[in-house]
Amino acid sequence: MTDSIRYKVAVVGAAETTNIGKVDGMSSLMLAADAAMNAIRDCGIDKSKIDGVFSTALGGISLVQVAHYLGITPKIVDGTSVGGTSFLLHVRHAAAAVALGYCEYALVLMGESGYTRGDNIGLPDLRTESAPSNSIGAQFEAPYGTFGPTTSFGMGILRYMQEYGLTHEQLAAVPVAQSKWVNGNPRALRPNEVTIEDVLSSRMICYPLHILECCVVTDAGGAIILTTADRAKDFPTKPVYILGTGESVETPLVSQMEDFTSSKAFQVASTKAFDEAQVSRSDIDHMMIYDAFAHLPIYGLEDTGMVGRGEAGAFIAEGHTSPGGKLPLNTNGGGLCYTHSGMYGMYLMQESIRQLRGEAYNQVPDVRVSFCQGVGGMFAAAGSIIWTNEPPH
Amino acid sequence: MTQQQSRPKPIPYPSAETQMFWDKANEDELWIQRCIDCGGKPYFYPRFFCPTCLSTNVEWFKTNGKGKLHTYMINHRPAPGFADEAPYAIAIVELDEGVRMMTNIRGIENLPENLILDMPLEVMFEEIATGRKVPYWKPMAS
Repeated sequence: MTDSIRYKVAVVGAAETTNIGKVDGMSSLMLAADAAMNAIRDCGIDKSKIDGVFSTALGGISLVQVAHYLGITPKIVDGTSVGGTSFLLHVRHAAAAVALGYCEYALVLMGESGYTRGDNIGLPDLRTESAPSNSIGAQFEAPYGTFGPTTSFGMGILRYMQEYGLTHEQLAAVPVAQSKWVNGNPRALRPNEVTIEDVLSSRMICYPLHILECCVVTDAGGAIILTTADRAKDFPTKPVYILGTGESVETPLVSQMEDFTSSKAFQVASTKAFDEAQVSRSDIDHMMIYDAFAHLPIYGLEDTGMVGRGEAGAFIAEGHTSPGGKLPLNTNGGGLCYTHSGMYGMYLMQESIRQLRGEAYNQVPDVRVSFCQGVGGMFAAAGSIIWTNEPPH
Repeated sequence: MTQQQSRPKPIPYPSAETQMFWDKANEDELWIQRCIDCGGKPYFYPRFFCPTCLSTNVEWFKTNGKGKLHTYMINHRPAPGFADEAPYAIAIVELDEGVRMMTNIRGIENLPENLILDMPLEVMFEEIATGRKVPYWKPMAS
């Protein structure tokens, strides 16, 4: 048995930005700093102890700027940038760095002015310009009128429907189930419960996706502080231990997915995480799946082996992921209801940590093991993390 | 003050590896590549080596221009340059040779009831800018 990260590293601090949703006058970097201050306050760490900084290019700003802005001279930085799941990969890389002693206290942070576009304050509007590109996406997808994730991410849905009999009503049941969790949370952009009729009568964005099957667009951020399981005992917060992690990438072009009904990166990442964690699927009592669009929880449940192939649509529609169901899923309301600034991965983890600490807005009783499955790009990348609040034994 | 105007349709610019694809498109032919060393398996998008075995012993060949509708979406919020076409299908065609590529569907109203998965398609070409033809697909003439 090779050496493993299991139970060596714990989360001691975690927080989202003070304000979330629509936040005027703040750039992505400012939101990230606000989240970092909240995570530092959360666990009471002396900022001068933080010696690892992990983030992605926030508004195009390098990690050098991020670290210097916060007044940190780190011993390790990692700016892995593979889309919205990047922060799950940062937690994984930070855990390895902490376990190996590259740093003692790792800060994973992000902020994103996704709605108000605070990074462009003071700049001329360049939206009418389109720089020539000969990237493979520019050559083989853009000429056909793709325009962001709404026009590409759901490309496999009709194929999935054909192969497995998923209905439009079952797809609509995904935001319905998640709206039951959000349950009036004032931090959520869509705080109200919706019905299947509401979803199917909402505006068509890109068939088969209606607007309520597409995520919200917000300003938000979050930060996580990790250290060794041993040092975690020094903090006032309830430690959240990392049991297993995984990551992978598949294709930069949605048109080149190997199988339009499945994410290869989800399979690779989650298999690694379960192997490392030494838990079985039935041990998971809370799950978060990155839901930029309604089909993602369906792919996520199947590709991680939580349900069988072709079973996820009925599983969700029958209420098994809703409050009181056997697998509470996306309990913050998800990207579809709660918040989504563009790179949602940070908020997956924040909700898992809140559930494991027992401090979620809609707390699930007795959560012991939580599983986060993130996606980056359009099935381009994946990150998986399994964590627990049960101390090493 | 600059005048707000909508962007034109994106035009593909060939790269070193894709020049052949676009040159042949200008001749109304759809060419892709296959590996000579590992069984002749066709692949797409263009690369100077085989993505399966990394051999550089690869060749271009002309496809038969026939395929099937693998999956699609119908976009109601047009990309710049596409306002006149919305709602329009963004589709994936699976070629007889096995590779898949993105396309738009010509010659049929882009409605869910018209676009049946696995329906046979054939390639066609349109010049979207001077000297730049792009492949599209339409229902196979019966």
